[in-house]
Amino acid sequence: MALVEVRKLTKIYAAGGMLARGSGFRAVDDVSLDIHAGETLGLVGESGSGKTTLGRLILRLIEPTSGTVIFDGRDVLSGSRGELRQLRRQMQIIFQDPFGSLDPRMRVEEIVTEPLRIHGLNGSPGRLPYVDVSPSTPHAGQERRRSRYRSTAAQLMKAVGLEESALRRYPHEFSGGQRQRIGIARALALRPKFIVADEPVSALDVSVGAQIVNLLKDLQRDFGLTYLFISHSMPVVRYLSTRIAVMNRGKIVEIGSTEEITERPQQEYTKKLLAATPELEVAR
Amino acid sequence: MKTIAGIILLVAAPATSNPMIVEAPSTWRSLSRAARFNPLASVGIVFIAIFVAFALLAPWIAPYDPAFIDLPHRLAPPSTHHWFGTDELGRDILSRIIFGARISMLVGASVVTGSLLIGLLIGSLAGYYGGRVDRFVNVILMNAFLSFPGFLLAIAFVAFVGPGIFNLILALVIGGWVGYARLVRAQVLAVREREFVEAARALGASDLRILVRHILPNMIQPVIVQGAIGMAGAILAEATMSFLGLGVPPPTASWGTMLNDGRSHLFDSPHLVIFPALAVMFAVLSFNFLGDALRDYLDPRARIEAGL
Repeated sequence: MALVEVRKLTKIYAAGGMLARGSGFRAVDDVSLDIHAGETLGLVGESGSGKTTLGRLILRLIEPTSGTVIFDGRDVLSGSRGELRQLRRQMQIIFQDPFGSLDPRMRVEEIVTEPLRIHGLNGSPGRLPYVDVSPSTPHAGQERRRSRYRSTAAQLMKAVGLEESALRRYPHEFSGGQRQRIGIARALALRPKFIVADEPVSALDVSVGAQIVNLLKDLQRDFGLTYLFISHSMPVVRYLSTRIAVMNRGKIVEIGSTEEITERPQQEYTKKLLAATPELEVAR
Repeated sequence: MKTIAGIILLVAAPATSNPMIVEAPSTWRSLSRAARFNPLASVGIVFIAIFVAFALLAPWIAPYDPAFIDLPHRLAPPSTHHWFGTDELGRDILSRIIFGARISMLVGASVVTGSLLIGLLIGSLAGYYGGRVDRFVNVILMNAFLSFPGFLLAIAFVAFVGPGIFNLILALVIGGWVGYARLVRAQVLAVREREFVEAARALGASDLRILVRHILPNMIQPVIVQGAIGMAGAILAEATMSFLGLGVPPPTASWGTMLNDGRSHLFDSPHLVIFPALAVMFAVLSFNFLGDALRDYLDPRARIEAGL
């Protein structure tokens, strides 16, 4: 059984303005796909093809017009507030813009431990990848809880390759790549199973982006993560993904293994997308 | 077979962080530099400090009892005994100004706090939830209040419930909250769309948490500036209301009441009017200076230009 099952998911933005012509804009149009545990599904398409909207819909950050999303056997879209809160522990998002996605008024420590505070969890005492976070006991002292948060934060920093001293600083003191690491640490804090990575490297320099991609790959191995990796960059998607879905005008035009899509594309649009990607031929 | 340079880069790049961290100057140093850059702000802060000291320590600072009537020395011009002279009942004007600072500061602070709290609550509800809530609050409630001059509303309210310091504060809050609510709504609308708010939602944060922990801290600066300038407006409004006899009842010294009392002696004993008028002027000016300075200080672009 797939970890995430998306069925007939549709999002129509209400018609407004002259271009809409009454019917509304179908940002995501009747999309069905499965994401299997442990895999990385790359989602590619040009700007405005609905990739980001699809990612947000799966996490229910945007309410869909119709369709269903089943996560780990549970319905994401019909769940109550409390159920949704529990589901949020399992699925997280990494954003494209490393400057907008961190609250500029919070220290890094507050940012990466906020997930624990929201869900009332103690920091895990041992090494992060192996220890489950347990619900806090009501009698846990304030001081003890704080030091637990701190040690969890320190582990998270280590996991994403940042110094522990970064915890005392504010986001504006970091470069784009470092901020992206902080955003990843926050997404990891709840030990999710599934992460939507929404163009996590397209705002970064190529070399910094490459470091982030490698980090994501390492984290997938260490934490047993499943990714929906959204990107418009074919090389990055090809490097990271086990399967690729190609999206155009709100529809999935082609889906298959990375090799199938990149070596033997069936659809005209996929071929165009592959051809449009700037590639350098390296002498053999 | 084709090899892609991007992949080579990806594989070759080591996953290490580089500690390229920019140190911001300490708050105190940047504040003292800001003060040097904007001397008016320093003037404003010094005057505000003086007025606040007057308000807090009036019984110990004032040379005379502000209500002590000394008819033989009525309308005395400024002298070494009475620095600012005496009024038509022989009361020491300096002492009355010092005690009057209490009313001004109390009313000013209460009106700003009250308006701010209501404005924050209503403005953030309208801005955050949008939709029907916003339409009701913004279109109906706020526009209804905005279509009345706030001052007229305050006069009508006091005329209806009777004068007194509490009613005065209430009246000015009724006229004053809309300005804050509008500002807060606009700010919340802007901050709500930022990605860290979405990140908090993705983490499962409650609306209250998002509003209080994420949105509020990121929009409060212009509201604080508005509050400082609003303080000046409230002090002026208090003086005006008291001048019209709709403020604090007579035995209590208030700058506005003093101006009203001195009106009939404007030409034979102008010091009755000059000193309380100066007090109002300096108080209003100081808070405006402070507000301007705060706005400049809190605006990062202006700050970078000034090299702070």
